[in-house]
This record gives sequence, C-alpha cells and structure tokens, in this order.
Amino acid sequence: MGSSMIIGQYVPGNSFIHRLDPRTKITIIFFFVLIVFFANSVMSYGLLTLFAVGSAVSTRIPAPYLIKGLLPVWFLIVFTFILHLFVTKEGEVLFTIFSFDFYTGGIIQGLAISLRFFLLILVTSLLTLTTTPIEITDAIEGMLGPLKKIRFPVHELALMMSISLRFIPTLMQETEKISKAQASRGVDFRTGSFKDRIKAVVPLLVPLFVSAFKRAEELAMAMEARGYQGGEGRTKLRELRIGKLDTYTYILFILLVIGLFLTRA
Amino acid sequence: MDITFKDVSYIYQANTPFEHRALSGVSFHIPSGSFVAVIGHTGSGKSTLLQHLNGLLRPTEGKVMIDDYQISAGEKTKDIKSLREKVGVVFQYPEHQLFEETVAKDIGFGPLNFNVEPKEIERRTGEAIKAVGLPEDLLQRSPFDLSGGQMRRVAIAGVLAMNPEVLVLDEPTAGLDPSGQREIMDMFSRQHKNNNLTTVLVTHSMEDALRYADHIIIMKDGEKYMEGAPLDVLVNKEELQRVQLDLPEVIQFLHQAEKQFGKAIPYQKQSIAQLAKELTAIVKGGESNG
Repeated sequence: MGSSMIIGQYVPGNSFIHRLDPRTKITIIFFFVLIVFFANSVMSYGLLTLFAVGSAVSTRIPAPYLIKGLLPVWFLIVFTFILHLFVTKEGEVLFTIFSFDFYTGGIIQGLAISLRFFLLILVTSLLTLTTTPIEITDAIEGMLGPLKKIRFPVHELALMMSISLRFIPTLMQETEKISKAQASRGVDFRTGSFKDRIKAVVPLLVPLFVSAFKRAEELAMAMEARGYQGGEGRTKLRELRIGKLDTYTYILFILLVIGLFLTRA
Repeated sequence: MDITFKDVSYIYQANTPFEHRALSGVSFHIPSGSFVAVIGHTGSGKSTLLQHLNGLLRPTEGKVMIDDYQISAGEKTKDIKSLREKVGVVFQYPEHQLFEETVAKDIGFGPLNFNVEPKEIERRTGEAIKAVGLPEDLLQRSPFDLSGGQMRRVAIAGVLAMNPEVLVLDEPTAGLDPSGQREIMDMFSRQHKNNNLTTVLVTHSMEDALRYADHIIIMKDGEKYMEGAPLDVLVNKEELQRVQLDLPEVIQFLHQAEKQFGKAIPYQKQSIAQLAKELTAIVKGGESNG
C-alpha cells in the first residue's frame, strides 16, 4: 500500500493519550488550536511547545515515523518562514544578500508563524494517530447529541461517516488490485502524455465504481437482514466514559491556559 | 521462459510501524515449459511471490530473473512493458477487472495496449473466446450483463489474447462450481501444452496441484518450505500437516487401500475408472491367492 502518505494513520498503542476519551481529545485539541494564536512571547511559545512535544512523546509513537508523516507539511512550514523573511520589513537590517535586506523582524515573525503552524499540525495529527476512526465518529456523535432536539440526524450522519471511513482502506486495496491487474494488461499509469494518462484511469475507475456500488448494495442488504434501524432506542457496544484520566488532562490543560496568559507579553 | 528467484525478500511498508515481511530469502528455478504449482496457507506469501513475476513488485533484497529480464531492488528493469506482454497474469477474481462496453473490446484491451494490429486482435479475440468455451455471439454484449462464471471466462480470455509465454494463475477457479472449476483447469492445461507455455499456478487445491503440475513449491510464512515433483512432495503426511495442508484425496485413498489390501498402487495420474480396474485386479488376485 502507499507508503508515502501516512499523515495521521492510526498507530495502535496503549499510552495514556491512546486511552483518553476521544471527546476529551477533540475538545482539548479544539481549544489548543484557539490558544496557539494568543502566544506572543518566547515563554508562552515555550509552554505551548512543551505541551505539544510532551504529548507527542507520551504517545510512544516513534519520532522518525511522526516526522516522516509530517513530511508533506514541512514544505508549507519552510515556505511560510521564507515568505516572512522576504515580506516582513520591521526591526533592523540584519544582513544583505544580493542587495536584498533581511530584517530581524522578518526572522522573528517567520520563526513564530512557522512554529505556530508546526504546533497546530503536530497536535491535530496526534488525534488521528492515537484514535481509531470509529472512536472519532462515536465522539462526534456524542458531542453533536444535543442537536437531536432540533431533529438533526446525528446518528445517521455518524453512521455515514463510519461507513465511509471503514471503506477507505477497502477501496484503496481494491484500487491497488485493479490497477495491478490493468498494469499486467499493459496499461501504463506513470508515463505518457497527459491525455494518455487520463485515458489510463478509465480502466481503473469503471471497475472501482462497479464494485463500490455492489458493495454498498450488499452492505445495505446485510444491515437490513440483521434488523438494523436508526438511532432511536439503539444501544451502544462501546460506551464512551469520562474517567479520572480525562479529568486530570482537563486540569493540566487549564493550567496550561493560565500559564499562557501569565507569560504573554 | 526460465524463471529464477535468487534470495528474494520482500517487505511491505518498510521503515514504518506497519512493516511486514512477506517473503524472506526465497530461491528456486523454474525451467521453461514447466507447470509449477505454488501452494501455501493464507498469508504464506504466495500472492506476493506471484507479483514479482511481471515486475509489479520489486524485491526488497535479491533478484528475480525471467529469461533476459532482471528485476532487483533499486535498479530499473528495462522494457518492463514487453515483460508484461510475455507474462500473462490471471489474478484472483479476475472478473473485477472488466470495464469495457463490449466483451470483444475487453478481450482486445491487453493486445491493444501492446500495439497489436487490429486485424490480429480480432483473430486473437475470436480464438480466446473459443478457448474459454463461450459462444462467439457474446462478443458484442456488455460484460456486465453476463453471469459471474461467464465474466470470469471473459477476463481469462483477455489474458490469453495477449499470447503470453508465461501464464501466471492466482487461484483462477476460486468461487466457481465444481464442473466449472474442472473445465477452466483443463483449459489451462490444454493451453499450457498446445502453446508451450510456462505456467505458474497458485492454488489451495492439492488435487489440482497433483493433477496438473509437474513441479510443486510449498510456501510457509514467506519462506520456501518444500519443493519437488508432486509425487515426492504430496505424499508426506506429517510434513504437509505442519503447514495445515492435507494429502490429496487420491493419495489418501491409495494409502488406505495399501493398508487394507497389503499392496501398493503407484499413482500415475490414472483416471478413476483406471484406478478402479487396478484395484479390482488386486482385490480379485488377493481372493484367488487366499
């Protein structure tokens, strides 16, 4: 399977972050994303970095894997930095290359924004790295629960989400299988003109759609055969529960927020 | 075409937590013109092995040689397209690869990709559909209107129409009814003999391996477990059971007959009728002696 795109693919584990209630994780990440924008001093950035890197380390996911997973976004981070170098003209001129002035403000601003970016991506990717897609859907269903009062189809939405998540790997496998079969019949997906390559996709897409529709039909039939009916009165196999671990995490996070506002410039 | 594996290892998703070693240090040689059966339990690396045969996968370590083509880690195989023309692969459930509007177009898809002349494609299409035992008036129908068994045959015809020199079959009869299984396997056997093919068959069926193959490779956990002529490999009950395989039914029966009547009947691919005759001869002979 595709070995290059692994941003946020779930890595099984038993660290305390893995065991947190997914709702806790989503809530904390949501607020973390907000407070990142309040940091404006070295100390406050330091605190946030400590929290983010500390969380990443505590998941016990090997660092090289994490860094490799972030590879596609490294480009964005570096790009942001360079952009600021050229565009921000504040503070003193630090040095000049080819008659282009680089300002201290530019470097500081560039570093700060890149760091922000890095923190955001690291923390959000921790969610999917440590939480199974099913847990995430359960959490979303739980958190959107109140919307049921206004007849919003929360359960159906969650079901659709988990079904589509469930079938991503299946469809990827299918794609790979069919592309191999067609490659064996002489289809070349990699070289040739743009037009040729678009044409090469047809033998891949048609079988993929055919099998996806067939699968959907079979799934619907199997669900009906087992008496599936929507949300009302349906019990859950996996009950989400807020435990001690979650409480401690919230306390820690509140301390971080207080610390952040104390260290702001 | 000669096929040689030299210390071939393959690792899926190397250098990630999902790393998985599917083949380790597999070596063997298949002389041109042989019919080889690769047997093994699920997850023993059969399918991975098969995908090395036309360069879909490149070994992580070691070398695969198919005639003059060389596939090894890192280095690019020149002319991989012409290799794929010579090695026809029938994947598991090949009917999933059908996509064209008509059966004829789908069968001709492979040859078309390899720049075969339209006249020649037409000839091969007609030949291939006859070979798989389908009536020619199906050619103008949509492949999606056919039954599952017919779709399978169309997909197989699509591979045969490439006129390959090596035929690679990954459980080509899975999910077919018994008579369909027999027909398809007999058809492959005919193709093998008539067109001088080298055939590699991946299968679960010990019966098929015994009946059609002249060489057998048994895989276990990504390693080669046993290799040899069918009658040398498929008679060792203990060794086979260690990889969750059973003796073929005929061999089991002959073993029992030997116990019962005290006389061995050597297996030489006899038909059931022939075996029955030999057995009667033994039983009658035994009575007259006693």
